[in-house]
Amino acid sequence: MDMQTKNNLSRRNFIRMSGMTGVALTIGYYLPALGKDGPEFFTAESADNLGIELTSWVSIDKTGKVTILCHRSEMGQGSYQVVPQMVAEELEVNLDTVNIAFAPGDPKKFGSMLTGGSSTVRGAYKNLLRTGATAREMLIEAASKKWTVNKEECYAENAQVIHKPSGKKLGYGELVEDAAKLTPPANVVLKQRKDYKIVGKPLPRQDTPLKVNGKAEFGLDKKLKGMLYAVVERNPRFVGKVKSFDDTAAKAVPGVKYVIKVQRNVFATKAEGVAVVADNLWSAMQGRKALKVEWDDSGFDYHSSDQLYAKMKESLKGNVLNFKSKGDFERVFGESEKKIEAIYETPYESHSCMEPLNCVAHVHDNKCEIWGPIQAPDWVQRELVGMLGLKIEDITVNMTFLGGGFGRKAFLDYPHEAALISREINAPVQVVWTREDDMAAGPFRPGMVYQCRAALGKEPYIRAFETKMAGQDMGHQWPGANKLSYNDSTTEGFLEPYFESIEHFSFGDIPLDSPIPVMWWRSVYSSTNGFAYESFMDELAIAAGTDPLEFRRNHLGDDRYQKLIDIIIEKTGWNTRKKNEGWGVAITECFKSIVGEVVKVSKKPDGKIKIDKIFAVMDCGWYVNPDIIRAQVEGSIVMALGAATKHETHFADGKAVEKNFDTYKMPRINDIPEIEVHVVDNDEKPGGVGEPGLPPLAPALCNAIFDLTGKRIRKLPFNMDEV
Amino acid sequence: MASFTLQINGKSYTVDADPKMPLLWAIRDLVGLTGTKYGCGIAQCGACTVHFNGNPVRSCSIPVSTAVGQKITTIEGLSTDNSHPVQQAWIAEQVPQCGYCQSGQIMAAAALLKRNAHPNDQDIDLAMQGHICRCGTYPRIRKAIKTAAKLSTANAKN
Repeated sequence: MDMQTKNNLSRRNFIRMSGMTGVALTIGYYLPALGKDGPEFFTAESADNLGIELTSWVSIDKTGKVTILCHRSEMGQGSYQVVPQMVAEELEVNLDTVNIAFAPGDPKKFGSMLTGGSSTVRGAYKNLLRTGATAREMLIEAASKKWTVNKEECYAENAQVIHKPSGKKLGYGELVEDAAKLTPPANVVLKQRKDYKIVGKPLPRQDTPLKVNGKAEFGLDKKLKGMLYAVVERNPRFVGKVKSFDDTAAKAVPGVKYVIKVQRNVFATKAEGVAVVADNLWSAMQGRKALKVEWDDSGFDYHSSDQLYAKMKESLKGNVLNFKSKGDFERVFGESEKKIEAIYETPYESHSCMEPLNCVAHVHDNKCEIWGPIQAPDWVQRELVGMLGLKIEDITVNMTFLGGGFGRKAFLDYPHEAALISREINAPVQVVWTREDDMAAGPFRPGMVYQCRAALGKEPYIRAFETKMAGQDMGHQWPGANKLSYNDSTTEGFLEPYFESIEHFSFGDIPLDSPIPVMWWRSVYSSTNGFAYESFMDELAIAAGTDPLEFRRNHLGDDRYQKLIDIIIEKTGWNTRKKNEGWGVAITECFKSIVGEVVKVSKKPDGKIKIDKIFAVMDCGWYVNPDIIRAQVEGSIVMALGAATKHETHFADGKAVEKNFDTYKMPRINDIPEIEVHVVDNDEKPGGVGEPGLPPLAPALCNAIFDLTGKRIRKLPFNMDEV
Repeated sequence: MASFTLQINGKSYTVDADPKMPLLWAIRDLVGLTGTKYGCGIAQCGACTVHFNGNPVRSCSIPVSTAVGQKITTIEGLSTDNSHPVQQAWIAEQVPQCGYCQSGQIMAAAALLKRNAHPNDQDIDLAMQGHICRCGTYPRIRKAIKTAAKLSTANAKN
């Protein structure tokens, strides 16, 4: 896909991008007009004639090869596999015949292309299924016309249309030319779930073979002819300018070609840096070491972690920005006899994708081409429009595989910087962030402090519940943001039925104003809210003298949640717990999926605590690939375990302290116990998969440790060896 | 700058480089084999692992000058068709998610199985704990190494 995308993604362009040849049936959908239930489908030819832009193209060529243009990034979560699985199911083709191409950025055609919020399946499943079904019906119609038979007598199977009475067959490749001349049907009937052959099956991922031999192309692997390499010395204090720099020694390093000042956009603020550009990356790194830069940090608060957390804790005494409340918490809490209060702390965290940030840019002839590991190509286009003064259609953002994303690669600073450098030196350039750059520059997951208070009734029920969340509001960083607006993610992670069963509650936040850039980190606020709310729920259950799972059950009237608890009990053996074991449970809700996790701990002969086993029950409703779901939950648990027990980003003197894996300690294979994941079968709407498995782990682990030792952990991370 | 001849995957490559340039960058940027990955640059994550005469080493921390004369194998040299038992096992157990660290993981696992045909959990912990996977594929890596051991034994019998 190394090419210019023209204003109009015509059939010809699609064919070029997908590497197809010859006549093809190519269809896509037009996003629904107001008042319409679903999208309308068009062939590429009719769309070109009408001048409309189609989304999510599927094409079948004369050899029967199917190509799908996918508008979501592949960062490990499996979009590369589940998008084709959905289309192939309704199209009645074998998954092996389907090829997938990453769509370059184009908001006009694809709407928001952000891969975030665990939204790939839940956001597009209906339209993707319809796309496959529409193509199938057109192929059936083409065959029935050829045979002059009633199309109701025909059906599709294994990339063929079959005439049932006579047994005649025609392959899709033989039908595409005729089918392309038809008008797509307005309404198609989707298959019943019980008839699925591909959706819902644990089929092996199509990208696995590429990822066991080094062939998968990540951003860092992109090479262009004449490409130079750059590294950037950035102001270590997030904002601030370059006062002066001396590049004499840097320019003396063999291979170094340019040393230039660059700018990094950090939300509403700017930070300056100095780029060293060389004909190979190693030389650029050596040149950077020889560089002398004086920074101007005037007006910047040289904060430390201690100061930040002290400020957050102090702020809890003040008023909150109220997001959601019911009844009269203050009155009921005030008059209650059984009151519980607790404060929880969670750390700042770095995303630390295994592929550090990098981006290739080539600005030339009033055009800009970008290649990189990017979560939101259309956002990159919009960012560059303003900076380069180009039209959006002159900016091409080409996608590669992403070596992890977790939210960080939806931030736009690294493509911005790459484009600036390429424009300045008038050559294609790859900007590589070293691990130290990647880990210390942010944006980070914001550190939070929660104050939770509740009153229990005589019966083991919550009468009143309140949380105050102190910490940075990601939404307050953008230019022109209203800093008095409440954080609408204050309740993320909390189970919906609690809002019904608890009569008096209040959820509010107290935003911390800080120049530290913060950003979505896998499961976003749920990743920290979940720890506070589900640890507190455990404290309430203990105070009420009730089994923690039964205590939750009493507050969760909804059948779906009751069933989840039944499955947790059945799969984990919750009711057969032994005395010398510690068991903890937590249940959270994130991106429309509900996940319960149970952790079992015990003491080693030396008295230290070890995790024996982790169970997860994932209810994500309708699903595409259960093995990918299991993999995502396993991975979420490992990432959560790291944030709970291993790593944290500290700040001192206005800079991040941890810069590489020697101090930012990651969980490793020997830290990981057995993990058993169960996927719930039900007919609920699809929920997210990539993130919801993360939030319940930390509270379930701390609840288990309490169960074993009586010690309550309210601050993350903690050292397992020092409990 | 100096000229160095490297033996990689059975082929000879001559590169002009600063003698201190880490082998990783010589392999990736001068030879053009990009399957070997950069993860940390300080031998903490294992993404850059290649073999010297069958033993796993961190190419990010070895100067190109000291790699001369070594029989170097990168992920591209493990097999031409994904047929190495570790690659087969990685596919069978669906190990990779983002896939970025997997070249290093696979090279470490291949070296482990070469010196220990039937590693137990402790052997696996020891051999693999230098490798970070942010996607958290560790449970599947453990399983896949055991599968690869079985595949190797079966291949040997045939």
